Amino acid sequence: MIEAKSVSKSYGAGRFAKPVIAECSFVAPRHKCTVIVGPSGAGKSTMIRLIAGFEKPSRGEILTDGKAVTGPGRDRLVMFQESALFPWMTTEQNIVYGPLARHERKADTVSRAKFLLEKTGLMAAKRRYPAQLSGGMQRRAELARALINDPEIMILDEPFRGLDAMTKKLMLEYYVKLSEETPRTNLFVTTDIDEAILLADRLIVMSAAPMRVRAVIDVDLPRPRELQTLLRDDAANALKLEALSLLHEEAMKAFAGGSRAAGDFIEAYRKRLAAV
Amino acid sequence: MPSESIVVTKIHPATSVRRQRLTFARPRLRALISFVALLALWQAGSTSAAWSGHGWPIISLVPAPSVVLTAWAALLTNPGYWQSWGLSFTRVALGFFAAVLVGVPFGLLLIINRTWRSIAFPVFELLRPIPPLAWVPASIIFWPTQELSIDFVIFLGAFYTIVLNTLGGGDEIDQRLIQAARSMGGSRWNIFRRLILPSVLPSIGTGMQVGIGITWEVVVAAEMISGGGSGGDSASGGGLGFFLWSSYIGGSYPDIIVGMISIGIAGYLSSAAMRFLVARATPWARGH
Repeated sequence: MIEAKSVSKSYGAGRFAKPVIAECSFVAPRHKCTVIVGPSGAGKSTMIRLIAGFEKPSRGEILTDGKAVTGPGRDRLVMFQESALFPWMTTEQNIVYGPLARHERKADTVSRAKFLLEKTGLMAAKRRYPAQLSGGMQRRAELARALINDPEIMILDEPFRGLDAMTKKLMLEYYVKLSEETPRTNLFVTTDIDEAILLADRLIVMSAAPMRVRAVIDVDLPRPRELQTLLRDDAANALKLEALSLLHEEAMKAFAGGSRAAGDFIEAYRKRLAAV
Repeated sequence: MPSESIVVTKIHPATSVRRQRLTFARPRLRALISFVALLALWQAGSTSAAWSGHGWPIISLVPAPSVVLTAWAALLTNPGYWQSWGLSFTRVALGFFAAVLVGVPFGLLLIINRTWRSIAFPVFELLRPIPPLAWVPASIIFWPTQELSIDFVIFLGAFYTIVLNTLGGGDEIDQRLIQAARSMGGSRWNIFRRLILPSVLPSIGTGMQVGIGITWEVVVAAEMISGGGSGGDSASGGGLGFFLWSSYIGGSYPDIIVGMISIGIAGYLSSAAMRFLVARATPWARGH
């Protein structure tokens, strides 16, 4: 379980302090998939870095399973948008990095790696370097590298964003299957509502910068979920509409970015909607 | 009888084998032609006084390729010529090797230790603008033997380059990789050995490739300046740079050209060796 309590984060000091997150509080329930959606540049990635322990909040605190976050740890592993595979290690070497770095038993590690390589379909590519893998394969390799450590919490920050549309869909369905097999607290960040509805037990809509929680929507749709069936499901579509309109509002604010001209645009847009 | 018929179309390969061979051969053919043309022009220019009545400016004073090749053929059986090769290569190897042994740890420490960086880097930057060759007189005074003084100057040449390139590699380290490793429980030493070192390796390789070229420049110059054996030390002196200079002093002008080409070949071989080593050490950089 992840608990963010009145988390604030600003960069810069004094007069030049730029607040990125302001009094943001939410709970990501244990062994459930919580999806955070919000406009670009809202501070979602910053929040992820705070939860992962790479940075400290300016105010407030973050608790995981009751314990305060003080730094990075193997209980919270992150997969970012861009590949963080070690380029000078083969796929297999990347995957076994965590356990070997912690001096765990080599034999166990290698057999776990073998299992994961088969599961992610990377057995044939285990001696290749990351540069020789396709985008989808790189993502699967990074997933395997994280999962071999069996983290309590998996955090994914727009992990499938750079992939082509088809690979993206496949990776999503693949990840859904993976998460159904092992109970784990999942935190997923995305700007794609379809992705969000497919994955989420809880949907948190974030506001534009400075970021705070705009809405929390619990998603009760039955599992297993499939993209095709969700398209025709009324409940799913109603949820999608609700989330989409909230997201749109916040995205407009982010788009305006405080400029007066853009503010006028939003006003005009609202008036036009009201007139319809 | 089936109403449909199967139409078989002849499949032409995208590019015929003959055309592929031409695409491969054409640029090399052109290179060969331009090389031969250059030689021909050189030969014509050098002998211009003989066949055209009046010598072309500048080029007529340069020994002809035919003369150079003859002189070179004579030298190939001269043990002194090969001794020069050996001496220069030894100096390059010693100075360069020392520069790598000292420079790489120096640079790595600058990357990982802030205290060292604030102490050592300003001094480094202060001394760097002094060209290695300007150190020759001071080096001769301070080092016990002439050979050591030459080696020190050679060392300096490559040292600065290797340190700077190593440091540059440090700036390019991807922090997200370090963060991922820390999350998974990597210790500081583990991160240094398995993340920082390989990350910096390509930059070190670049530093070595550039450094070996600089080393040759310094060797040749240092040999020309001090290789005359003025110290009476029979072990010092010699080398391709000295051969070049003494050919000039002795008036054997074709040997000057032979010397220049020899040094060029020696430098090329060293760079090729360096490139090979670096490629072997960084197999992941080959991509697909």
